[in-house]
Amino acid sequence: MASKKKADGKSLPGDAALRKEMLHSMLLQRRFEEKVGEAYALGKIGGFCHLYIGQEAVSTGIISMLRPDDYVITTYRDHGQALVRGLTPRSVMAELFGRIDGCSRGKGGSMHLFDRNTNFLGGHGIVGGHVPVAAGVGFAIKYRGGDQVIVCFMGESVVNTGAFHEALNMAALWKLPCVFVIENNKYGMGTAVERAAAIKDLSRRADAYDGMHGEYVDGQDVFAVREATERALEIARRDPKPVLLEVRTYRYMGHSMSDAVSGTYRTKAELDEYLKRDPINLLKARMLEAGDITDSDFAAMEQEIKAVCQDAWDFADASPEPPLEALYEDVLVDTTS
Amino acid sequence: MAIITYREALNQALREEMSRDDRVFLMGEEVAVYNGAYKVSKGLLEEFGEMRVVDTPITELGFAGVGVGAAMVGLRPIVEFMTWNFALLALDQVVNAAAKMLYMSGGQYPMPIVFRGPSGAALQLSAQHSQAWESWLAHIPGLKVVTPGTPYDAKGLLKAAIRDDNPVIMLEGEMLYNTKGEVPAEDYIVPIGKADLKREGEHCSIITNGKMVLVAMNAADQLAKEGIRVDVVDLRTVRPMDVEAITTSVKKTNRAVVLEEGWELAGIGAQVVDYIQRECFDDLDAPVVRVHQADVPMPYAKAIEKAAKPDLAKTIAAVKKVMYLG
Repeated sequence: MASKKKADGKSLPGDAALRKEMLHSMLLQRRFEEKVGEAYALGKIGGFCHLYIGQEAVSTGIISMLRPDDYVITTYRDHGQALVRGLTPRSVMAELFGRIDGCSRGKGGSMHLFDRNTNFLGGHGIVGGHVPVAAGVGFAIKYRGGDQVIVCFMGESVVNTGAFHEALNMAALWKLPCVFVIENNKYGMGTAVERAAAIKDLSRRADAYDGMHGEYVDGQDVFAVREATERALEIARRDPKPVLLEVRTYRYMGHSMSDAVSGTYRTKAELDEYLKRDPINLLKARMLEAGDITDSDFAAMEQEIKAVCQDAWDFADASPEPPLEALYEDVLVDTTS
Repeated sequence: MAIITYREALNQALREEMSRDDRVFLMGEEVAVYNGAYKVSKGLLEEFGEMRVVDTPITELGFAGVGVGAAMVGLRPIVEFMTWNFALLALDQVVNAAAKMLYMSGGQYPMPIVFRGPSGAALQLSAQHSQAWESWLAHIPGLKVVTPGTPYDAKGLLKAAIRDDNPVIMLEGEMLYNTKGEVPAEDYIVPIGKADLKREGEHCSIITNGKMVLVAMNAADQLAKEGIRVDVVDLRTVRPMDVEAITTSVKKTNRAVVLEEGWELAGIGAQVVDYIQRECFDDLDAPVVRVHQADVPMPYAKAIEKAAKPDLAKTIAAVKKVMYLG
């Protein structure tokens, strides 16, 4: 990966244009999710809603490295990844509002964003349940002799489920092109990872399977995530073999909208400590220092993104609810092959 | 017409459909090298190779999920469960993933997958290996559930299931695999959702499915000797259910016995009775009687196992009861 040497000897990865793209991608997710929080408070969005704030370098760092024909599958904390994969802010917001123009036509909601056009295979609501599904997509790629990969995002609590082990075992056994990404945001709802997993270094779960590469990476540094992803993709695509990547990050909001930001299970002091390593601020500071952008460039980017998010809101608000006849649609298809 | 076993009928269906469409593959425990725990997949590995006849580790949840993922991106998996009793571990994939994917994606991801294997009790397998799955699975919108009772229906329904673009559950039976029947050589399917009137009579309807079809046919033979002629309505598919076939028969005979392999509460028979009371209330000459498994886990010891199961004697007694013959 190209890097730019600065006079003081520090290097920044990528070029200025790429860095701006990464900053933009993360900032879009941040502002979008803030807008989602606002809409939820006003009752425009219902049900369970899990925000991605704090974890943006993970989605941006990984998905920006993928090809359009690769596949992405994820959990119910899926808004950020959907946006990076190329779902429009309009279609995601409309889905959250439960409207017909939503990416899942108002049937899925926050936890079940799907988009066939971008091979975004959905947000899935059962912890661990989508990991075997990802192995199945890897199986299909191998069956067809393709060279795509599937990236499967999961929270760190997934590593304790049976589904995770069953899937990783088969993926390793059959040499499937799967990149399993543990987004370790430290808490499975309110249970700290060290209170749930009898292992500290979660990427070492890969050691249970011969030949599976595992590594961890700083999930607040988008370029570190990109570099780890590049290594992972090389193995998954070329060998092919599955890879287990643990991306260490932090969730700044509660588990869902009904959960306090801090309190019973984590302290305000801990949260403040992690806020110092905000992935957006980290990259922004480096870019300011490197002269990639000025404060006014950043302000302009903010304005543009705020307008996009407001447009998404306005679009969603104007989109009709699914008609009543949609209730019975898409339970089954009436085709055979 | 050739007389073949239910097992051979399934094997033919698999072979024919895998030859017809190279997106179709079979996966499950012991399906390949071992030739199938019940030999349903005999010879398929040799013919189609290890990419299309896939031995899995013993991980029902895991390989059911692999099937779901493969179906999501355009393959047409047939997932064999060595028995449906083990599939309890896989229910998250069947119910939360396969059945709901199309709906929650707003129609974007059809799920052309078949989950199949034996269901219900065999002989002296005791509690954990002996339960009938119809009502568990028929409860779930987004699934189709077929329960062939004969070799002809087994082949035709499996071929239809494989060609269907929806998730189809097929409940077979250990005790059915060796049963024989006529199966034509030419290509055919049995349409999903269509019942079959397996015996015609005017005195009473026996409505049943799956393994109990043979019990009902035996009961019909016995009753005929006493001059009692019954309709045997084989549902064949329990979701969607062929309500018209049920009501047409009951409106003719005015009496009904509903025979099922599973437990009473919230069983398939409960739903059949609901359709009858809604559609045939004024046609009934007697309350409908249900025959089902005793409301206990399946015991091991022979005599009490027999007492727990629905059988010929209980079915005949039920028909006589609705006919007020004792």
